[in-house]
Amino acid sequence: MEVLSQLAWGANGWADELAAGTWLTVRLALATLPFGLAIGLLVALAKASGERSLEAAANIYTTIFRGLPELLTLFIVYYGGQMALQRLVGLFTDSYVEVNGFVAGMVALGLVFSAYASEVFASAFKGIPAGQGEAAKALGMNRWQAFRLVTLPQLIRLSIGGLSNLWLVLLKETSLVSVIALNDLLRMTNLAQGSTKQPLFFYSVALLIYLVLSLISSRGLGAIEDYVKRGEERRA
Amino acid sequence: MSDTTAGMIAARKPPPQARKRWGAARIAGVGLCAIWVVLGIALVASLFSGYDADVFNRYMPRMIEGLWVTAKLVVLSVSAGAVLALFVALARMSDNWIVSKLAFVYVYAFRGTPLLGQVFLLYYGAGQFVDYLEAAGVWWFFREAYNCVLLTFILNTAAYQAEIFKTSIESIPRGQWEAASSLGLHKAQTFWKIILPQALITALRPLGNEIILMVKSSAVASVVTVFDLMGATKLAFSRTYDFNVYMWAAIIYLMIVETLRRVWAVLERRLTRHLER
Repeated sequence: MEVLSQLAWGANGWADELAAGTWLTVRLALATLPFGLAIGLLVALAKASGERSLEAAANIYTTIFRGLPELLTLFIVYYGGQMALQRLVGLFTDSYVEVNGFVAGMVALGLVFSAYASEVFASAFKGIPAGQGEAAKALGMNRWQAFRLVTLPQLIRLSIGGLSNLWLVLLKETSLVSVIALNDLLRMTNLAQGSTKQPLFFYSVALLIYLVLSLISSRGLGAIEDYVKRGEERRA
Repeated sequence: MSDTTAGMIAARKPPPQARKRWGAARIAGVGLCAIWVVLGIALVASLFSGYDADVFNRYMPRMIEGLWVTAKLVVLSVSAGAVLALFVALARMSDNWIVSKLAFVYVYAFRGTPLLGQVFLLYYGAGQFVDYLEAAGVWWFFREAYNCVLLTFILNTAAYQAEIFKTSIESIPRGQWEAASSLGLHKAQTFWKIILPQALITALRPLGNEIILMVKSSAVASVVTVFDLMGATKLAFSRTYDFNVYMWAAIIYLMIVETLRRVWAVLERRLTRHLER
């Protein structure tokens, strides 16, 4: 198996490059997550607000970012951001600016993630009886307390399943940033196969790494799910 | 007891409806709607002011052709994938553990890895084995990027659809099998005539989602030089640096996805109307 020797660490093999790519993939997904969750929650709050104008604005947001192909969103953010920024900077100086691929990827993936997450949160909101909020009010809690102490714990419990799926989708979608020349796992693999002429081997390795990442995440998410659902009745 | 009606209190009018106040929620809502409207107007304005007849006449036909390629890719992969998925789902539920394990590994591998990576694996991987594929007489198929992408899409969507079919078939109560068996139907008859029709109805919604996901992820084909809608758009942008082409593409994709979603919702309501209470 001389192919395997190409997986050596260091200058003679590609293992360190693949590892660096994997690290970027993981970092990108982790960096997108909080940003996507926060916007998703805000959009879901807007959808559950009962105020029609707010609901309409939130629905437009989800329709757009759920309907566009992720790749197109990425291009629009990357090239559009580049052009807009260039024009903005051009007002003051004539220096050249470049949009950071990592940030562009984070924004694009975050927009898509938040659109889907808002749907998950919105249906979780529907799963919490209105009586819960009323009871909290009757106990003298203010709105923030009621949200933090009564609604949020139930919201997390009801949405964790959907969010776990979205995380796995996000992890796979990070591969799209390889087309805007960001050195993620897939792009490193492209480089490796281009120089060694062993596409089958290197892409298999890359897909296996993705598979392992999903496997680790679903284990971790399963543990989190068990934890947030610990108050639930055990069902057979 | 004198006249009782005299002591009754006259009916009172209901209190006036509290007027809806301009609370924080409404201010935010109207403000955000206004932002959307402004963005929409800006988009239309930029499409008109940036309209370049040359670019439009040269690249719009290509994008329409690309749209046709996208449609072909989606329709072919989803329908061929459905057939394959049915067999994979049956294999998943098989009593033979080797068969069911193999089907599980197939589904897990395709669902756990990115579609783009799968496309690369098949497209570049096939290129590595030109000699063998030529010897086997199938190189004509793998030579075309379009065919490689189509095959990858079929395999990918089959894995997702297999899970959908499996869940919906298993959601049919056991009593249906037992009832059919007591009527003397054998297993295959029961499956095709009793179980599958009911399962397909529960599968309608997730299948609709899968079609929409496929429309969106078909854009990945553009990365390996297939000129689908996304590919044609990328080509137009790389030659003209006219950002409006991305906006056209975005509008086309949004219209397709929204139409599909609405048509599918109507279809589903129509097909499940006997289940409504």
